[in-house]
Amino acid sequence: MDLTFTEAEESFRHDIRSWLQQHVPAKSLRSMDTADGFEQHRGWEKELHADRWSVVSWPEKYGGRDCTLIEWLIFEEEYYRSGAPGRVSANGVTLLGPTIFGFGTEEQKDRFLPKMASGDEIWAQGWSEPNAGSDLAGLKTKAVRDGDHFVVNGQKTWCSRGAFADWIFCIFRTDPEAQRHKGLTYFLVPADTPGMERNPVGRLDGEPGFAELFFEDASVHESMILGGEGQGWNVAMATASSERGLNLRSPGRFMAPAERAVELFQRMSEARDERVGGVDPTLRDQIIRNWMNAQAYRWFTFSTATRLMGGGHMGPEASLMKVFWSEMDVEIHATALRLAGAQGELMGDAPDAVDDGTWMDGYQFALSGPIYAGTNEIQRNIIAERVLGLPR
Amino acid sequence: MQFAFTEDQLLFRDTVRDLLANECKPEAVRAAWLNPTGRVPGLWDKLVDMGVAALTAPEAAGGMGMNEVDLVLLQEEAGRAALPEVLIEHTAVALPLLAELGESAWLAKAAAGEVIVGVGVGSPYVLYADQADVLLLVHEDEVHAVPAADVTLTAQRSVDYSRRLFSVAWTPSDATLLAKGPAAQQAVVDACDRGALAAAAQCVGIAQTLIEVTVDYVGQREQFGKVVGSYQAVKHHIANALIATEFARPLAYVAAYAVANSTPHRGRDVSLAKAAASDAVDKAARMALQCHGAIGYTFEYDLHLWMKRGWALAASWGDASFHRDRIGRSLGI
Ligand SMILES: Cc1cc2nc3c(=O)[nH]c(=O)nc-3n(C[C@H](O)[C@H](O)[C@H](O)COP(=O)(O)OP(=O)(O)OC[C@H]3O[C@@H](n4cnc5c(N)ncnc54)[C@H](O)[C@@H]3O)c2cc1C
Repeated sequence: MDLTFTEAEESFRHDIRSWLQQHVPAKSLRSMDTADGFEQHRGWEKELHADRWSVVSWPEKYGGRDCTLIEWLIFEEEYYRSGAPGRVSANGVTLLGPTIFGFGTEEQKDRFLPKMASGDEIWAQGWSEPNAGSDLAGLKTKAVRDGDHFVVNGQKTWCSRGAFADWIFCIFRTDPEAQRHKGLTYFLVPADTPGMERNPVGRLDGEPGFAELFFEDASVHESMILGGEGQGWNVAMATASSERGLNLRSPGRFMAPAERAVELFQRMSEARDERVGGVDPTLRDQIIRNWMNAQAYRWFTFSTATRLMGGGHMGPEASLMKVFWSEMDVEIHATALRLAGAQGELMGDAPDAVDDGTWMDGYQFALSGPIYAGTNEIQRNIIAERVLGLPR
Repeated sequence: MQFAFTEDQLLFRDTVRDLLANECKPEAVRAAWLNPTGRVPGLWDKLVDMGVAALTAPEAAGGMGMNEVDLVLLQEEAGRAALPEVLIEHTAVALPLLAELGESAWLAKAAAGEVIVGVGVGSPYVLYADQADVLLLVHEDEVHAVPAADVTLTAQRSVDYSRRLFSVAWTPSDATLLAKGPAAQQAVVDACDRGALAAAAQCVGIAQTLIEVTVDYVGQREQFGKVVGSYQAVKHHIANALIATEFARPLAYVAAYAVANSTPHRGRDVSLAKAAASDAVDKAARMALQCHGAIGYTFEYDLHLWMKRGWALAASWGDASFHRDRIGRSLGI
């Protein structure tokens, strides 16, 4: 065991840190769930890509740096520490990207990965349906073969960033006769597909962060199948493992707010404002707990990364990670809001808002963590049944 | 010992519940979120006519002369309906404060429903200050009644859009001074207690609704061929929220009794109520969202109207840790 970083790793950290210092926009971008904020975030993706920071762990030929998983984790720590914008390309680079590496043909890799890396094509995930949420395999949207095309009919929902994305990765039912999990196929669908309509839906904060997708005889070419006809469930489970585990939610993402909350505690304790009242010392304990959890997540992840680099596979323990990060994220933000006291409810444009309202924004987003990527109830079932072997 | 409300009190509650069920449906609250006042047009006048608005003003001043025990059930109803109104500030806090300080001019007008009194105690922000005719504000050991024309307001937007909050800039003067010294300070403490009590009762009401709408939803929503309410994980979430709420509720009633009867421990009783109710509504909000899944995470669905009010009220008039700290101090630790 060696828990120090190599010289190469340290110098990598140094490089990304200085790049971020020079490039992170001073003024935060508008919400990526708005039309213009989305384009601002796309611009930022292009800036990252120009210096090959958008997909560091990918091979060079697709725009990456061939980094190890450990280096990628270092990148993430520095990225979130710097206060850089959220990644509008996340569904592509962290979910679909690894799935294409696993299941895509060479043609598909060449066609999709470079534009995903550059921000020219931003991806959204179109899996859930009004009646297929936790029970994803209950999905009904049909894709029926017609020559070299498939004709799609049905509806998707809760498609994050689907209102503005360029492409959507979907799962459709191609064989209604087969067993639930068997007749599914994974498709890559252009957002301008004729016969597909999208309807923006406001999230908790009112911004159109979701879209509903309506398919009416929409036509998708067979070359857009990822991983083979009828293989949709297997391919989807690879994506889901990325979503639950370390790809989508690296430790850096939680270490940053946990540390900012420590700093907020210091600031609030020093600047006791008589109008607002003092800082409750019992919150100190919770701030510390949150910070500890971020550390625990960090070390769990480094050990998982080491195992994966040695040829291991991500199994149902991804569910442990998903429950842990999502609940930690809620607590970090809830505690910060408690620190903000009567100012906690203020929105970013209120003159008295603490840290421009980022804690309330973050809290609202964090609350969705225990729901998306498979609810935490489902994750706990998986942990009980597949990790612990308890009866179903 | 008889821990129960009278028939009359329960009847009054039912009348208010019926009114709000008709006039303060979620559509109305949603509309208030986006309208210029943040309130439901015409509803305050109905509450004035029913005697709710001036429930706590002395009969001599033209009020109903009722007390916190009469009011607590109505605050709970206000929470259940997410009523966007001044029922905490004006009714629970301002009227008794004016009465306690022996003020009569504003009190008479407020009791008659002619003016709205804004309240700047217990919080740095005044709710609906833009619609108040006069504001009760604190400066050192003085309480002032400042006419709306003499204050400058800065809007502070809340996550609950119906809560129109303002910070208030003003200059104390002899003309606005109502009281000063220890009596004024005690009156401010009492006012904060009344505010915290009312907010606690509203939190209990909000938690109750969050539980009810969730029970409805999970009883209908099917996944894996069964209603999701049949899964133990979901059942246990809701049961936990119910336990928290049911044990917060009597504490709110006890606090109402303590304040109405000016018992020596009333401050601590209020803190028990507010700490428990703040925690209960936070728990209920998280539970409700979790059990709804993504539908609850949308702006179009009504759940967030209660959730956001719950977050705001849980943190207002002293949050759970503020009140626990106060209980600790009263226990000598
Ligand atoms: C912010 C956000 C972003 C999202 N982004 C996307 C996206 O980009 N693309 C996409 O396809 N989807 C997306 N989703 C949808 C997400 O995948 C679903 O919300 C999730 O799968 C849960 O489904 P549901 O919302 O229909 O809840 P339901 O499945 O209806 O669940 C309701 C409740 O029942 C519980 N439950 C259900 N079944 C069981 C069981 N067997 N045992 C115990 N409890 C159970 C759930 O845990 C939950 O508490 C997003 C959701 C959110 C909130």
